[in-house]
Amino acid sequence: MSTLALATRGLDKSFGSLGVARNVTLEVPRGERYALIGPNGAGKTTLINLITGMLKPDRGQILLGAQDITLLEPAERVRRGLVRTFQINTLFPHLNALEAVTLAVCERRGCSGRWWRTLPSYREAIEEAHAILVSMELAASSYRPTRELAYGQQRLLEIALALAARPSVLLLDEPAAGVPQGESADLFSAIENLSQDMTVLFIEHDMNLVFRFAKRIIVMVGGRILVEGTPEEIAADQRVREVYLGRGTRHA
Amino acid sequence: MISAAPGEPQRFLQAQIRWRPLEILFWLSTLLPFVLAPSYLILASQIAITGLFALSLDLILGYAGIVSLGHAAYFGFGSYTAGLVAKWGWGEPVSGLLIAAVAAGMLGYLSSIVIARFRHLALIMITLGFGVLLAEAANSASWLTGGADGLQGVRMWKLLGLFEFDLYGYAAYAYALVVLLLAFLTARRLINSPFGLALRGIRENALRMPAIGADSRAHIRKVYTIAAVMAGVAGALLAQTSETVSLETLSFQRSADVLVVLILGGAGRLYGGIVGAVVYMVARDQFSGVNPQYWYFWIGILLIGVVMFLPNGILGGLARLLPAAWRRA
Repeated sequence: MSTLALATRGLDKSFGSLGVARNVTLEVPRGERYALIGPNGAGKTTLINLITGMLKPDRGQILLGAQDITLLEPAERVRRGLVRTFQINTLFPHLNALEAVTLAVCERRGCSGRWWRTLPSYREAIEEAHAILVSMELAASSYRPTRELAYGQQRLLEIALALAARPSVLLLDEPAAGVPQGESADLFSAIENLSQDMTVLFIEHDMNLVFRFAKRIIVMVGGRILVEGTPEEIAADQRVREVYLGRGTRHA
Repeated sequence: MISAAPGEPQRFLQAQIRWRPLEILFWLSTLLPFVLAPSYLILASQIAITGLFALSLDLILGYAGIVSLGHAAYFGFGSYTAGLVAKWGWGEPVSGLLIAAVAAGMLGYLSSIVIARFRHLALIMITLGFGVLLAEAANSASWLTGGADGLQGVRMWKLLGLFEFDLYGYAAYAYALVVLLLAFLTARRLINSPFGLALRGIRENALRMPAIGADSRAHIRKVYTIAAVMAGVAGALLAQTSETVSLETLSFQRSADVLVVLILGGAGRLYGGIVGAVVYMVARDQFSGVNPQYWYFWIGILLIGVVMFLPNGILGGLARLLPAAWRRA
């Protein structure tokens, strides 16, 4: 038990008669790299929303380590180390990158409620934010407003904001979505360089990324987990081939 | 450019919040009415009070993105509190001001518990409803407030035991100006603090805030309470300098006016409320002189013009014309 970083037990969620999560049970051991794949509408992002508390499950449990977090508010889950990024950039357009990451660092350190000292006097928080930006290759763009950053840099900032919360479990929702080929190298190396202590579960359609980083792959279809296995097992799995190839698209 | 020199990020943020020459100039120019327009000191004190009221709205609307159509509730509550304290025999202005500040702050905190749970249209309706509710309560409690006749019998003692509130408004303007400056310094510090950054985060993306572990509701309760204190102080200043309180201090009209003032000047810019107050009050004074019945028509034209051509208010428009070193004022 203690080696599990994240687990769900029998998660159910439906919108009306549409079951978007059906009896989802998964276990992610500490420090692992798991990929979550499946066709559009399979319920991948819904599952992330359930795990992070942005949606409430109809049934089932969510465990972070040994703690049951099913009833906690999203922000409280973040403070306990369960942090996500978003498929569609969910950033602070008029803050520059340094301010945005400093904000996230301050929220974690508990200094974000202080209004009688100036921000520059929180030197440690600022240095920490800057170090995160350096590790994401964003240092040169620290002082530019978020909305002026290149799309690929905005995707990196998505991850930088999450890292500022010092996650023990990081959920990446399609980190490479929409990133042009030329800008993907920085993003891939940023994901590769994530601390090995951190448990990572990521949704991705880019199979290069999936097979490069994932130690195990979970395949979802129609709100259910179809199969879980190593990349080799998944690549050879007949059902997975049918799900993807049966549709006649190279969607994955 | 890959990595910065140590301390550079900190210096960058420091440079963003340092005092600009234009700011110093602005505050020096607030002394001009004493010399240049001594017959307009009453108007000047009303401008300072309106500026303070708009500054308090700016904290919640301009920085945290919380729209309110009932901000007069705190202005009027502070006004009546200060007026009643003086009427009941304690006419000392500064302590009366503090009592009104505490009362408005308590009202602000209580309402913030509800306010922090809503956004957008629901929030506009709740603040509007709350404002109307309080105005009607004050109207029906005429034994306490004087109702439609206003609160009579407010007698202020000398300011600091030295300066009488004179007919020309010397003491009134000096008093209002000092209080405005102190409130402004507080607001400026707040905006430049980690808390101010968190408020901008809520305005920029309320959805992301919980995902970085932020308790946005706690932030909103806090800033709302602080804004209510400032609005209450503005209301108290009006009660003390005019020695009367009318129901108009709680009215929807006043809530709407302060919104107009802030939008005119430029929301989210610290000086927006004060600049807006100067333009609005001077325009009102001039227009109502020319055309006593229809002056609001011209205010309407002014508002539409500013919003169409200067989407970030007068200050936002000016900022585009000025060199970078003078900006962010």
